[in-house]
Order: sequence, then structure tokens, then C-alpha cells
Amino acid sequence: MSVEVQIRQNFQGFDLDVGFEAPSGLTVLFGSSGSGKTSVINAVAGLSKPAQSRIVVNDAVLSDSAAGVWVPTHQRSLGYVFQEGRLFPHMNVRKNLLYGNGLAKTRPEIASFVQVVDILGIGTLLHRRPSELSGGEKQRVAIGRALLARSKLILADEPLAALDEPRKAEILPYFERLRDEFSLPILYVTHSIAEVARLATTVVALKDGKVDRVGPAAEVLSDPSFTPMGPRAVGAVLDATVMRHHEDGLTELSANGVALMLPQLSHSVGDQVRVRVAAHDVILSREAPKGLSALNIVEGRVHSVRSGDGPGAIVSVDTKAGRILARITRRSAAALELSEGVTCYAVIKSVSVAPQDIGAR
Amino acid sequence: MTEWLGPQEWAAVGLSLKVAFWAMLGAVLPGVFVAYALARWDFFGKQFVNVLVHLPLVLPPVATGYLLLVTFGTQGFIGSALKEIGVVFAFRWTGAALAAAVMAFPLLVRSIRLSIEATDPKLEQAAATLGASRLWVFATVTLPLMLPGLLAGMVLAFAKAMGEFGATITFVSNIPGQTRTLPSAIYAFLQVPGGETAAMRLVVVSIIVAAGALILSEVLARRIAKKVGQV
Repeated sequence: MSVEVQIRQNFQGFDLDVGFEAPSGLTVLFGSSGSGKTSVINAVAGLSKPAQSRIVVNDAVLSDSAAGVWVPTHQRSLGYVFQEGRLFPHMNVRKNLLYGNGLAKTRPEIASFVQVVDILGIGTLLHRRPSELSGGEKQRVAIGRALLARSKLILADEPLAALDEPRKAEILPYFERLRDEFSLPILYVTHSIAEVARLATTVVALKDGKVDRVGPAAEVLSDPSFTPMGPRAVGAVLDATVMRHHEDGLTELSANGVALMLPQLSHSVGDQVRVRVAAHDVILSREAPKGLSALNIVEGRVHSVRSGDGPGAIVSVDTKAGRILARITRRSAAALELSEGVTCYAVIKSVSVAPQDIGAR
Repeated sequence: MTEWLGPQEWAAVGLSLKVAFWAMLGAVLPGVFVAYALARWDFFGKQFVNVLVHLPLVLPPVATGYLLLVTFGTQGFIGSALKEIGVVFAFRWTGAALAAAVMAFPLLVRSIRLSIEATDPKLEQAAATLGASRLWVFATVTLPLMLPGLLAGMVLAFAKAMGEFGATITFVSNIPGQTRTLPSAIYAFLQVPGGETAAMRLVVVSIIVAAGALILSEVLARRIAKKVGQV
């Protein structure tokens, strides 16, 4: 199960030259606007035809310009979740959901209608018109419609961008379930680092029409030289298991045996979660700190110190919990004599891990 | 009622309804096709097609009628070919329907084109990603969404066809029972002394038919808009 994409095109002075391979799971195309990510996903969908392309999804060749192959959109077995939902206004929710289902009777269903309606919690909306739905409800229906089209590939182009924060938090878990419960490749476009951290199996970072980074999410995000949104947006991702909920409102996680305290999570004990630790929320100390209000102190070894042009430096620390990034000043880095291999302690303020950055894995 | 309108007058009303109905029906399919092409496709000669379609709207109707006579008359290059297979337009009610259709065509196309342009092509894209072929996308997404505009265009075309005079009289003359439509009959009555009352009666009929068509289209459009969910 994999996705292979090679696209080359020059359009009005903008060079797009993108090539990557991604394993199964959710692949995030990440980049700022103008990086070419929408061009890539639309080429995969067949909505725009690049000059040169080779697109293969699970051994199915969707496009191969060298061999003259170009499968039209409607024969690509897709489910596309657009930013604006794009539900059909003249059909009720039920008809919207089943639109693609009836067109591909020969392909097996990924999930039954009842299952999809149940997972997305849209049972009460079936007879409503799209104009009677909220933004979040529309996107849930759009996800269901894509799933029910018996698709072999799910595409999503900034599906949360038009939603406010609470609605984003409402929809994100559905993409996690999509990633975890169905063995479908998913191509997901976003410019939000929080969504990358939470959803990505593989990250394909695009910059000016070229591939900047490709790799597993934890690897790409914990690379201190990867600062696509500026040094303030840098942060590592840790995988953890929910251990127990304490009476004082804290939830104890275990990241590879290292205990982490977080404000109460809604997850059940035993759940696997991803925690994003923003680099600017991490303090470094050469000695084991005492008498500190911060609850999470993790011992590790400095992997690298990377200084930028400004006064800041990003220190990556390998700990038992995983790699943690810390953004400190160059002056502090020099004063602490931080260099490769040095033992240090990363202090993470437990309150600093924002809820929207924690997701089921 | 039969006493109110004479047999000749009834014939004119019936003929006009028949001519307008077939003119509208005949123009609808090509109208949708041309409107779709103008709204959604880029092709060589698009401006030419656009001008050609709109020409009957701006040309003197008599000129249009004369051009029809030249091409579709029994001596015309299309008319003579059609005559071979038994289709005759000249001086027949079919010719009146053709003239009415040509005259109504620009109004029909304009109305349909506007309604196609008002439907979001992104919805058509979405349908394609879900596995719908071009034709299926048109049938299940474009057509239902453009239906109010299509209907308005059809009513407009019907009304225009009912009132067509210049091109009709030039192309197929003014033969009672054959090509004497409502406007032609009104004109004929006004040419003879004492015909004013008969003409006035036909004017009243015209008003009733036209107003009825408008009300019908309004009611239908509202019902469809409600169904389509664009109220």
C-alpha cells in the first residue's frame, strides 16, 4: 500500500517539480500557500493535468505521461473532501452521502452506510438539506460521502481551514479514525503544523514547488533545521500512552516509560496519543532541577545545537521519551556549554501542551 | 365562448399556441447545448457562435424572415434538400414554428446560459471525483441546479414565439388556418374596415395567454427553487 507521485509542470512562471513516495496511512502535504500543494492534490485527483506526471496508488497507475496514460477523474476511485464541503445543495444529506456509492457498484464498500452514519454521528441529519447544516456538520457529511464512494484513495484539501477552532477540534478525530480504522491511503493538504503533528503518518513538506522534506511525522517535526513556519512554530511530537487520570485534574501519560503530566485529557486509560511539545515551551538545565513548579522534567542528551541568524538557537535533545526540541537563546546555549553529547534536562511546563495538539494515534 | 370568438379567430389562437409550443420545444435542446458550450467551454469561433445566436435579437425581424425564406424556402439550399425527404417549411405552420424558434432562440440561450454560469463548477468537479461521468454530472448536478433558469427561458421563448410577427409573415406569409398566427390575425383584422372589435378580442386573448404563461412560470420556478434548496 503506497502512493507514488511525480509531477512536473511550469505554469505561468511557477515551476512545480514534486516527487515523493509515501507508505500507507495518512500523508500530509504541508506547506504555505503558493508552495504547490493544491496543484499536487488536484493532479492526483485528475482535476488538472500537469505537463509531466506519474501517479500510482496501490499499483493502480492513475497517470503516466511517458506512457500516455491519463485516467479521467471519475474513473480514479477517489473520495475528495474539499475545504468548502461542496455538498450538492439540491439533495438531502442521505442523497449526498450515497451519490458516489451507486456509481461504483463493482468496487467493494469500505464501510456500510449504517457504519459511516454511525461513526460520523450524522444519523439525525439524513433528511436535512446542506443549507440547514453547520460548517462542522457539512464537513462530516463530506467525509462520509468520500468514504461511501467506495474509494481507493481519500483526498482532503485543507478540510478544516474554513472552520473555527471548536469545529476543527470536532472534525479532527474523524480523520484520525479514517487513518486508523480503514486501510486506505489518505492524502491530506494543510498549512497547519498542529494538524501535521496530530494526523500525519508521513509528511511531505513543500516549498516553492519543490519537496523540502519527506519522512515520518516525528522525524520531520523533530528536525531542528525544519522551521517552515518560523522558529516559533517548531515543536517535537512524542508518542505516549494514557496511564491514569489523577484526582487533581491531571492526566498521567507514559512516553516510552517516561511519565508526563498533562491537564485532564478526555481519552481513556490505555489510549495511544500524540503530544506536541512546542520548542518555546521547553527550558533546558544542565543539572537536575530542584524546587521547580514544572512537573515534567526529562533527562536526555544533546543531539545538536542549531543557531539561526537571530538571537535564538534550537537544541534537539534525545530522551527516552523521544526527541524533544527546545528553543533557547544563543547566549544561554553558550553559558550552559551545550554541545553534542552533553547530558541535560528538558523542563516542560505541563500546562503548555495545548489540547488541540494532542491526538489519538 | 365560441360565439365570443369566430371560427377564424379560434383558428388563429389555436395555431399560435401550436406554433409557440413546438417552437419552444424544438429550441430547448439546441438551446441548452449552445448555452452550455458558451458558458463552460472554450473553443475556436466561440465569439462567432455567440454573435450568430444573438443576431435574431438585434436584426430587423423582416431581415431574419427573408434569410429564412432564402435558406429554408423551397428554392433555398437547405429547403430544397429537405423537400427531397418530404419536409417543407415554406408557407406551412411548421415554417411559422421555425421562424418563431429562431426568433426566440437568443432569449432562451441567454436565460439558460445565465443559470448555467450561476451553478458552481466546483460542484461538478466534486461529482466527478465521486465517480460521475460528464453526462451524469450534467444530468444529476448541472441540470437540476439550472432548472429555474431553464424554465424561465422556456416561458420567455414561448411568449416570444406567441408574439412573433415580422419574420413569420415574411417567411410563411399570412394564410388563414395555415400560417395566420395571433399577431398576423390582429394585423389582418386591422387592415379591413370594421375589424377593430375582432382585433381587440384577439388582443385580449394575447394578454390572457401571456399573463397566464408568466404566472405559471413564476409558480413553477418557486416550486423548483424550493425543491432545489435555493430559496
